[in-house]
Amino acid sequence: MAEYIGREAPLMAMPADPVAVLSGVTHRYGGMVALDDVSVSIPAGRMVGLIGPDGVGKSTFLGLIAGVRRLQTGSVESLGGAMGDWRHRDRVCARIAYMPQGLGRNLYPTLSVFENIDFFGRLYGQSEHERRTRIADLLQSTGLDPFSDRPAGKLSGGMKQKLSLCCALIHDPDLLILDEPTTGVDPLSRQQFWKLIDRIRARRPGMSVITATAYMSEAERFEHLIAMNAGRVLAEGTPDAVRAQAGADTLEAAFIALLPEEDRRAHQAIILPPWTPQDGPLAIEAQDLTMRFGNFTAVDNVSFRIEPGEIFGFLGSNGCGKTTTMKMLTGLLTATEGEARLFGKPVGSDGMTMRRRVGYMSQSFSLYSELSVRQNLFLHADLFHIKGARRQARVEDLIDRFDLRDVADATPGNLPLGVRQRLQLAVAVLHEPEMLILDEPTSGVDPIARDAFWNLLIDLSRKDGVTIFISTHFMNEAERCDRISLMHAGKVLAQGSPDELRAQRGASSLEAAFIDFLEDAGAEDVSAERKLTLPAVAAPHGAQSSWISAARVWAFTRREAMEILRDPIRLAFALVGPIVLMLAMGFGITFDVENLSYAALDQDQSRESRMFLDAMSSSRYFDERPPIADFAELDRRMKTGDISLAVVIPPEYGRDLLADRTPQIGAWLDGSNTTRAETGRGYVQGVLYAHLADMSMRETAVAPSIYPATVTPRFRYNQAFRSQYAIPPGVLMMLLIMIPAMLTALGVVREKEMGSILNLYAAPARKIEFLLGKQLPYVGVAMVSFVCLVTLMLTVFGIGVPGSVLALVLGALLYAMAATAFGLVVSTFVRSQIAAIFATAIIVMIPTVNFSGMMYPVSTLEGAAAITGKVFPALYFQQISAGVFNKGLNFTVLYPNHLILAGFCVLFLGIATALLRKQEA
Amino acid sequence: MGTVSNIYRLGVKELFSLLRDPVLMGLIFYTFTFAIYTVANGVQTELHNASIAIVDEDRTGLSNRISGAFLPPYFKEPTLIDLHAVDAGMDAGLYTFVLDIPPGFEADVLAGRHPVIQLNVDATAMTIAGNGATYISSIINAELLKFVSRASGVAALPVDLQIRAKYNPNLNSSWFMAVMQIINNLTILAIVLSGAAVIREREHGTLEHLLVMPVTSAEIMLAKIWANGLIIVLAAVLSLQFIVQGLLGVPIVGSIVLFALGSAVYLFAVTAMGITLSTVATTMPQFGLLSIPVFVVMNLLSGGVTPLESMPVALQNAVQVLPSTHFIKFAQAVLYRGAGIEIVWPELLTTAGIGMAFFAFALTRFRATLAAAR
Repeated sequence: MAEYIGREAPLMAMPADPVAVLSGVTHRYGGMVALDDVSVSIPAGRMVGLIGPDGVGKSTFLGLIAGVRRLQTGSVESLGGAMGDWRHRDRVCARIAYMPQGLGRNLYPTLSVFENIDFFGRLYGQSEHERRTRIADLLQSTGLDPFSDRPAGKLSGGMKQKLSLCCALIHDPDLLILDEPTTGVDPLSRQQFWKLIDRIRARRPGMSVITATAYMSEAERFEHLIAMNAGRVLAEGTPDAVRAQAGADTLEAAFIALLPEEDRRAHQAIILPPWTPQDGPLAIEAQDLTMRFGNFTAVDNVSFRIEPGEIFGFLGSNGCGKTTTMKMLTGLLTATEGEARLFGKPVGSDGMTMRRRVGYMSQSFSLYSELSVRQNLFLHADLFHIKGARRQARVEDLIDRFDLRDVADATPGNLPLGVRQRLQLAVAVLHEPEMLILDEPTSGVDPIARDAFWNLLIDLSRKDGVTIFISTHFMNEAERCDRISLMHAGKVLAQGSPDELRAQRGASSLEAAFIDFLEDAGAEDVSAERKLTLPAVAAPHGAQSSWISAARVWAFTRREAMEILRDPIRLAFALVGPIVLMLAMGFGITFDVENLSYAALDQDQSRESRMFLDAMSSSRYFDERPPIADFAELDRRMKTGDISLAVVIPPEYGRDLLADRTPQIGAWLDGSNTTRAETGRGYVQGVLYAHLADMSMRETAVAPSIYPATVTPRFRYNQAFRSQYAIPPGVLMMLLIMIPAMLTALGVVREKEMGSILNLYAAPARKIEFLLGKQLPYVGVAMVSFVCLVTLMLTVFGIGVPGSVLALVLGALLYAMAATAFGLVVSTFVRSQIAAIFATAIIVMIPTVNFSGMMYPVSTLEGAAAITGKVFPALYFQQISAGVFNKGLNFTVLYPNHLILAGFCVLFLGIATALLRKQEA
Repeated sequence: MGTVSNIYRLGVKELFSLLRDPVLMGLIFYTFTFAIYTVANGVQTELHNASIAIVDEDRTGLSNRISGAFLPPYFKEPTLIDLHAVDAGMDAGLYTFVLDIPPGFEADVLAGRHPVIQLNVDATAMTIAGNGATYISSIINAELLKFVSRASGVAALPVDLQIRAKYNPNLNSSWFMAVMQIINNLTILAIVLSGAAVIREREHGTLEHLLVMPVTSAEIMLAKIWANGLIIVLAAVLSLQFIVQGLLGVPIVGSIVLFALGSAVYLFAVTAMGITLSTVATTMPQFGLLSIPVFVVMNLLSGGVTPLESMPVALQNAVQVLPSTHFIKFAQAVLYRGAGIEIVWPELLTTAGIGMAFFAFALTRFRATLAAAR
């Protein structure tokens, strides 16, 4: 690496004031101490490196300086002010750029390279012209300009990091904070990344850079180092000073020497015994493996042969097809072309037996974070059917061997990456497999843990004859492999032992040989020769508007809208779902009881009884079933649900009727469905009265006058009294809250799970701007859905709009805003996406269906139901919807509902803003 | 043998995950307690607490008697209003019924001129408008008959119609509501829990990890089904016992054991449906949107809220593929009418059959969607 360590930035041009000062800072997560009384001062205008193993508090340290983490105890000053004070944070966050850990974690994978940077530019209030010049400049200088239209999710790891850097640099920060920017990135991309940083510093000499790294070789290039362990600062100063302090030649050795006694003892130098080929079939044989996803070829004609007991290394940049190849070998993916054989048998031919012989460890943590370390091990022991005493012994043995004793009862979620990787490896070897397929098992693991890991692997290979197929980014790990294969863009570039590969390129180190291979393959650093010619544009620092900035709201809105448009399946579900539901509900929900199934038990069998029963069977409300023979049958048939009404005519009915002895007719209703029973009761009465009137008319030729007066019901708003007119306005109300609320309910919680919420923490944006930006695109989706649904109501259902169209549209707009704001409340409150979906479904569904007046009149509700209905927006839009569609009302009557809905928008947004944190814990 | 132990072991793991999520457990608790209670106690489909206004243009003894005949709990205290206040009051939804007694009503009745009383009904209140109108007419008619018979001695109807409701003599709708609400909540919960659990495992990479272990897709799915199903059946049975029977005082005539068995079969079908949905949607937001139409249709169109026989025939046939249609039939027969297994076995078999069809479909897609979700 020596050739690019040349420091282009002036070493001594530094302002006097430190860029950040920590004093007495302690930070805890639950019971774990991440930072323990740290006091340190970081010089300005320098390149400062933070080194140390995993889980020693490096990320917390950086997060506190950037202001994205909430300060617990102590004080942190960045750029001359206290970060505990939100006013200062507000002022300086436009001068700080923060790039979180993880490959492209703060990027939006469906947005293109250009759109990602453009979003950040908008967030910092830059004009169109300024953004264009800056983006062109950044893309050119990072060599990303040919890929400007490629979605960020489809970039390789190195390119993602470059893009992240572009996003961080768009606003010319005075302080650049990089949290392990090169972890998991191939050597060539790493080299390019640091060159880029050097050139940027040459252009902006005053800029301070603080970087955390796990690569000790990179630490050499920093001007000032802070070595950390277990939440404390071990040493600080220039690399030379640190080396001198430890009395060691390299930083790696110096760091180990600086560790406390007990940590150091754990470290053992790696000794690799030579490998002796064994007999038997090849462990892995891949022949012309090809994998295509759509028109993208992830793996292109890859072939290799791995001997049993061999350690075979797999190197290459991220996204070059290593993981895909490994998944094809495990049978998780089926190759598009070519064939792979494990121990001489085609992959997938005898699934279960082969799975017992292979251990696989995926790149990301894939064990259950809700189970403890020991429970995870027991679970896997059980799944491999290791029983009885052996089960217990094996698990305890692994806990000791992988040094997990101290954390055996902790859940993995809280453990440092290195420990989690150890657990994953323990699980992978638990069933004593003959082959291990390990996908970047040491990414993000610190040097000491890595060496311990390799000692275990070497042990397994040399003593137990286990074949190991491993992918890695570390050159010193590649050196330990018996043979290595270098992949680039889906193809194998070179294969052989480390010595052979060095010899092929005449290079002194494996790293140099690899960079050579990669550059030959067309992966050369196109940006290397480019000059940064553009003058730095003066950044509008500190000009933070006091209230909401429309530009930033628009930046969030625009980005969210683009993401919706890039996920057509979700958009289709959001628009087609309501249409299907409107049709099903509009026609399906009906309280027009027709075809009520009934049967008669006629004990009289007279002319009079048959006349009455004929009257019943000719009514369109009843559906006659075969007659009933006796009461036992009546019971049974009602129990099975065959009939909902039984009419019992007693013996002597006809004679009694004619003799004016007022005979009784019995009607038994099935009371299990009360709506139907109530309606049925009315129908039976109606049929009987009509029948009696008819009879007396026939016999006396006089219109009967049973009652001295007539009650004429006038069904208002729905003359035909058909559910088909009354229900759709209610369905509109229901759909216009359920779908929009579900859309936004996942908005915030998903960003939390994915990590892009960090952009909110770091940016000079207000919470309300973020929330409004999240909300507005979905209000748009809801309004499109509204138009579709209303069109459906006017055409398919033939409902007119007798009331004020404007009142309806405005009501729908306010209602959609209230619904989406409610979704945001759920989203800021819950922690997981599952809970968000469930909470939205249950909380919205119950009051909307039951307490809004859609099904049951509001005036009849009582107690908690009435209150729940009143404190939920559904009721008020139901008034508007039914008012406009059924009652023909206009603004003068409906306006209180509009006002209340507007109140709900404000209330919900207020709650969401209060629940949303602008800093991490 | 290995299969059974794998299914058991993975299911136990599933229970652990569920118990470790306090927000989710809290929501489940809410769903089977407060949510059931407020709906069952607050919503009534029978005429109850109906708001009625009377425009009395007659102001005689008879009109007073009619006004006084509308009694709680069926009606709220009637409001006396002026004729010109009718429209505004009904527009605002203040009154569901407005009775207009014309001037000279009593005199016309006594003279045998058959006057007309107009009853305005807010027909947007579909659940009570029709029944209420019938009921109000019969109250008025009864008052009229009493009034006239005292005046002239005219006899009542020639036939005495005795209407009784079996299983629920007072047609108390909270009985009906409570059980339907349990089934509705059970459906939502089962779909969301099982489907989201699969998507979460896929998003976190743990599903992929399981598939390189000696475990089959069917075992993974069955483990999810029994574990999630167990929690939900337990919650439902407890809710039935303590909330519905205890707090709401609904008499359950049927066998709770039989109901629990039926719920278990139903949950198999619904969780299998949830897993099927999770193989169609690839991300959580998609799943959330896809699940809405499914559980809304299952809750509202399976005969639980609106009677099946009143729906259009095509829709009636379509909802036969939903397990809820058969389960609601089963639940009503068992819980209200005390039906035994000899009556309800066809529903049980159909529900199980539908569940198996969904299970088989999900199984064919389970691995394939893993590759697609990459």
